[in-house]
Amino acid sequence: MNKTELEESLVEGFRRAVTSVTEETEKALREAKDREEKEGANVQLEAILENVDVGKNEKRPICQDTGTQTFFVEVGEDFKELGLLKQAINGSVKKATERIPLRPNAIDPISDENSGDNTGRFIPSIHWDIVEGDQAIIHIIPKGGGSENMSKLEMMTPGRGLKGVKEIVLDQIADMAGKPCPPTTVGVGLGGGADLAMELAKKALLRPVGERHSEKRIAELEEELLEKANELGVGPMGVGGKTTVLDVKIEYAHRHPASFPVAVLPQCWANRQAKLKVTPEGDVEVLR
Amino acid sequence: MNIFETPIDHERVKELRIGDAFYITGTIFTARDAAHEKLLEIEDEDVPFDPSKYAMFHCGPAIHKEEGEWKVVSAGPTTSIRMEIFEDDFIERFGTKVIIGKGGMGERTLKALEKHGAVYCQYTGGAGALMANAIKEVEDVYFLEELGIPEAFWMFRVEEAGPFLVTMDSAGNSIHDDVAQEVSKNLERVKSQL
Repeated sequence: MNKTELEESLVEGFRRAVTSVTEETEKALREAKDREEKEGANVQLEAILENVDVGKNEKRPICQDTGTQTFFVEVGEDFKELGLLKQAINGSVKKATERIPLRPNAIDPISDENSGDNTGRFIPSIHWDIVEGDQAIIHIIPKGGGSENMSKLEMMTPGRGLKGVKEIVLDQIADMAGKPCPPTTVGVGLGGGADLAMELAKKALLRPVGERHSEKRIAELEEELLEKANELGVGPMGVGGKTTVLDVKIEYAHRHPASFPVAVLPQCWANRQAKLKVTPEGDVEVLR
Repeated sequence: MNIFETPIDHERVKELRIGDAFYITGTIFTARDAAHEKLLEIEDEDVPFDPSKYAMFHCGPAIHKEEGEWKVVSAGPTTSIRMEIFEDDFIERFGTKVIIGKGGMGERTLKALEKHGAVYCQYTGGAGALMANAIKEVEDVYFLEELGIPEAFWMFRVEEAGPFLVTMDSAGNSIHDDVAQEVSKNLERVKSQL
């Protein structure tokens, strides 16, 4: 396995993630355009769709905020080159920053200094999962600041139950209004501890827009929240309309008897991401 | 297509109402928090351009130098409410009539728009590639060394940049306020049906 080649493939993954939206997201945006009747909502959606075309055709970052570079890696237990994979991920962030280019978005919280290359302490943010097999699946999420700022964690009183969960999610979607650049895809993390709930909310965003959770009871909860959220009337970019969210994604963990963490983490309309597969030989295949 | 050329015709701006959409051909300047603060603290003779002639854009562009020339990579709007603490003073002192950003602004700005016949427009958040395409030239940049790339005043020559949707007008209307009221009502209804 060659580190430089792996880095180059990851840079291309970044290019894909910041210059285009996934097929499923684009489809959902086009459907939203067909559904909206109000002039203001249509002006926003037309600009969004035109912007998507420009990004794709000119290989130009669709948004100037190219995000915090975030990775979710599912690595097979028999994958041999873990250290090299980690080095390549870090290296690819620096290369992508220079070449695509990405906006330097990594700032030391104490000194306010910008590192200039999107790397720093614990950044890029890499979440590792060990799975069966001998290959690695890498999800790249360039996560924008505007949507991340609208995240919320509530340590809910368990007695409020699922009704409480629904209220918290809908309150937050109403509260954040146009700020996270709707129509958003909203990640929801239930259970675990505070940290795990937030991580699951972000991880839930990895599933394609429109795809329901594999468990029926969670799928139904997603559908209910999707439908109710779109009755709120926030609309594209908060100017009013029928499309406030493109999807709601839920992930959960078992919880402590005394705790019921509810995490809400929105992703802007672009829902930027890429998914790559690294074979045991180091060949890279773009999956999404 | 409703196009404004620069210098901006102040009389035409007064006629704009919420829900109107238009485009700009001419010059727009960027200004974020630090830029507002900077211009408000210096003397008139040190202000390097006339902010009343052009549209102001809340934006910190992704921009880089290619063979010695600035090239805009992507330039969407930033969240405008951060500028709320400066905007009424800025409009009062510099006479800017068209303000472009995202997410809307507050009561103080709305009052200033009314008093000075100005508008606030929403440009679609995240539509940075579309805007970059409309920017034909970086005409100038001010206070770059002091403020850094995202915060500096960038003067962009644009052609048919937009669409800009008027969401706050000089008659005291705000789509953001209207939608907030509507959403609040809807939220209560939806929650009562859970």
